[in-house]
Amino acid sequence: MTMFLITAVTVLIFLVIFQIAKATEYVGILKGEEKSRKESNKINGLLMVVFLVLGLIGVWYCNHLLFNKTLLAHDASSVEGALVDSMLWVTLAVTGIVFIGTQIVLFLFAYKYQEQDDRKVYFFAHSNKLEFIWTIIPAITLTVLVVIGLRNWYLFTGEPPKGAMVVEVTGKQFGWIFRYPGKDAAFGKKYYKNIDNASNSLGIIWEDELSHDDLVMEQTMYLVKGKPVKFIIGSRDVIHDVGLTHFRMKMDAVPGIPTTLWFTPKYTTNEMKEITGNPNFQYEISCDQMCGNGHYSMKGVIEVLDQEEYDAKMAGQKPYYYAAFPDKDPSNTKPVVADTAKVAATPAEVSTKVIAKN
Amino acid sequence: MSNEAVLHASVGAHHEAHGDEHHEHHHDTFITKYVFSQDHKMIAKQFLITGMVWAVLGGLMSVLFRLQLGYPESTFPWLQDILGKWAEGGKITPAAYYALVTTHGTVLVFFVLTAGLSGTFANFLIPLQIGARDMASPFMNMLSYWFFFAASIVMLSSLFVETGPFSGGWTAYPPLSALGDASPGSKSGMDLWIISMALFVVSSLLGGLNYIATILNMRTKGMSMTRLPLTIWALFFTAVLGVLSFPVLLSGFILLIFDRNFGTSFYLSDIFINGVGALPNEGGSAILFQHLFWFLGHPEVYIILLPAMGMVSEIMSVNSRKPIFGYMAMVGSLFAIAILAFLVWAHHMFVTGLNPLLGSVFVLLTLLIAVPSAIKVFNWLTTLWRGNVRFTPGMLFAIGFVSLFISGGLTGIWLGNSALDIHLHDTYFVIAHFHIVMGVASMFGMFAGIYHWFPKMYGRFMNDTLAYIHFWVTMAGAYLIFWPMHYQGLAGMPRRYYDFSVWESFKQFGELNQFISLVAMIVFAVQLLFLFNFFYSIFKGRRVATLNPWGANTLEWTTPIRPGHGNWVGEIPEVHRWAYDYGKDGKEFISQDTPVGADESHH
Repeated sequence: MTMFLITAVTVLIFLVIFQIAKATEYVGILKGEEKSRKESNKINGLLMVVFLVLGLIGVWYCNHLLFNKTLLAHDASSVEGALVDSMLWVTLAVTGIVFIGTQIVLFLFAYKYQEQDDRKVYFFAHSNKLEFIWTIIPAITLTVLVVIGLRNWYLFTGEPPKGAMVVEVTGKQFGWIFRYPGKDAAFGKKYYKNIDNASNSLGIIWEDELSHDDLVMEQTMYLVKGKPVKFIIGSRDVIHDVGLTHFRMKMDAVPGIPTTLWFTPKYTTNEMKEITGNPNFQYEISCDQMCGNGHYSMKGVIEVLDQEEYDAKMAGQKPYYYAAFPDKDPSNTKPVVADTAKVAATPAEVSTKVIAKN
Repeated sequence: MSNEAVLHASVGAHHEAHGDEHHEHHHDTFITKYVFSQDHKMIAKQFLITGMVWAVLGGLMSVLFRLQLGYPESTFPWLQDILGKWAEGGKITPAAYYALVTTHGTVLVFFVLTAGLSGTFANFLIPLQIGARDMASPFMNMLSYWFFFAASIVMLSSLFVETGPFSGGWTAYPPLSALGDASPGSKSGMDLWIISMALFVVSSLLGGLNYIATILNMRTKGMSMTRLPLTIWALFFTAVLGVLSFPVLLSGFILLIFDRNFGTSFYLSDIFINGVGALPNEGGSAILFQHLFWFLGHPEVYIILLPAMGMVSEIMSVNSRKPIFGYMAMVGSLFAIAILAFLVWAHHMFVTGLNPLLGSVFVLLTLLIAVPSAIKVFNWLTTLWRGNVRFTPGMLFAIGFVSLFISGGLTGIWLGNSALDIHLHDTYFVIAHFHIVMGVASMFGMFAGIYHWFPKMYGRFMNDTLAYIHFWVTMAGAYLIFWPMHYQGLAGMPRRYYDFSVWESFKQFGELNQFISLVAMIVFAVQLLFLFNFFYSIFKGRRVATLNPWGANTLEWTTPIRPGHGNWVGEIPEVHRWAYDYGKDGKEFISQDTPVGADESHH
């Protein structure tokens, strides 16, 4: 019913507009086409200025309404993100000046040089000097922006500082899996054909002993304030993207091709709750690359903690190896002989697969 | 008194004189005149009207998914009536949302802004403005349209497939687009999508080769390359871009077809699909497709934009009654843009794990494009300076184009800089950027062209009042829709999200989304007003009474009011000057076929 009403009203409005438009055309013919053309020319000329003024007010008003809802309302949450922000402000200043300047010139020229009977146009076909000026000035400005940009780019894409922690991030439809290397600070090898949702979500090759202390978590990842972290990013199925909007970083997760990304968290999650004034604040990982019908719900959470909180949190985590093989877990006190035999068989199977691959 | 009688009381006699010119030589049947026509003007109209159908469908799709974004909590029972299981209970499903977004993108980029824009105006203007009777190969030209038509039919049919149309985004990145098990839209919907796109590539190659051959070989006597109107230069570079880049896209699609159907691993490696298990494919590179795709994908942006630029240059000069400022600089900057268009594709891939050194080369080349773009903008502004501006509907849209091109172009400087892109990539900032600079700006170029050349196409004018309403509402609406999206982007809001309610970081824009959706619907309704004006004016518009209603210099205005197949009745006029002698030596305009006078000044 509402739909019908809306349609009816729209059609009615159309009819009215159409009738007015037709009537205007008739009146124009009666008055003389040339005269009515000049009248509407004046109106459109005036509208040019109106549009300019309202537009500029609109730009201000939009900023007034929305600025505090953007990330720029507070600091970037990573040391590197602060560089992104400062570069963003420089770019905004440059493009903002050009934007306002050229829009004003455009609409004012349109208004000022609107058709008048006594105006004689200035035959001005070209001027090498002018064209040279507006080739060189943009070129120089852009060079400055490129230099700032590339300096940051090489920092972001370069190696993280020594002592950075490393976390492996794996995307899947539609969630995230995180792996920490454990005490030995090295990841065990993995092979995607070993993936098994129940006990081996990453396809870890268990006979690689480096894997035995690896920690695997889903959905929530823990990081340390002030400690650089490097992500080794991969995907289990289609392309995803690790979007870290508060840290101002982003990197695709591509199946078969690991990518990396590093940054230094600057504020803990709790500190951010205060800074943003939002008690529900979370560092969210958003998937930023179309990955299927659940794309919009592919969320991960990063909790940034102080070193002590982090240590306490991680001390409680069990290596993933023990989840796959509970009887290897030293905290399981009753080793049963039959079970050991079964477990011994499993890695053998895995290694056959690996050989088959090679 | 009928509309016709009121409008044409005074011009009836004149009309008689020109009324039957289009019957001149061969007698056409309905089929050869309107369906399988080889007249470039009719083919242009076919492209235009097919493009309009797609624009309505694509626009309607955007209205539907904006409903979801603006009113995520509401249900609309009538949606279920239209979409059935895709809007169970009156709410669009995620699968339908992604299908709509994908089809909207594909259709608008390729069918509307490539076929509808350059297909229409290259066909219509090239022979008329260079002084040729038709294209180099009218038959190939006809095939070009019918391949496009076939592509349209296949694309349309993909909407009715059981598993739904393709829903992985218009960029169709594998593995998502390669694996039906990863997304239902990648099943038969994707097969149809690829077939449709392959047909489209054929259409665009047939057209493009023809445009290039025609421009290079069939210019009338005296029409040297440097006397060509800027529209033709722009359409020439557009065709060159298309011919060199579409085959690369097709090759990418062929590899994708192999991966989908024949078990190859060009793009696939190390994949485990939930519910299916590990796939056998190893050693492929998903990134390879992106290189092949964007090798077309970026030039495609200029394939869309250059014709608009060319038409805006022409329309702006005609209606400022002043020569275009810096003709050679305009041609040079078109050339520079065309070259650079091929050297910047990887700026779409800064966050794919691209080699940082390679990335930095692409930053440099990308920002370099701002230089020719700046030259064009300043030249347009200088063209207005000390002119005598007539705000015809075409001129209004041309001015709107410049405004939007500035706004959207400047944000390109943000996104082209990889260290900023690492933050803004795939957010609403990108949506705002490309919709303004490529989508709406090119649409404005297209509208400008339609209003300006409508009298030549149909021998009538469109209604001015409706055109003014169309312009001002669309202009304001475009900014109201896309300007605030920059802020959503600055909040990090990712594109292609069906619902933001679970996101602590992005859910603060509920009201804004509602506002944007509302404006989008109004703007869509106004486009229907434009379409009404278009079709009504074909039959009932004010008749064109003089050969050259805009007082323009280019050759199309030396043809009869309704030119027949062959364009000129007698000899093709000879060209003696460039196209922009407006306001020279006190004369308002000097047509290109006017010989240079003995006492004429040099510029």
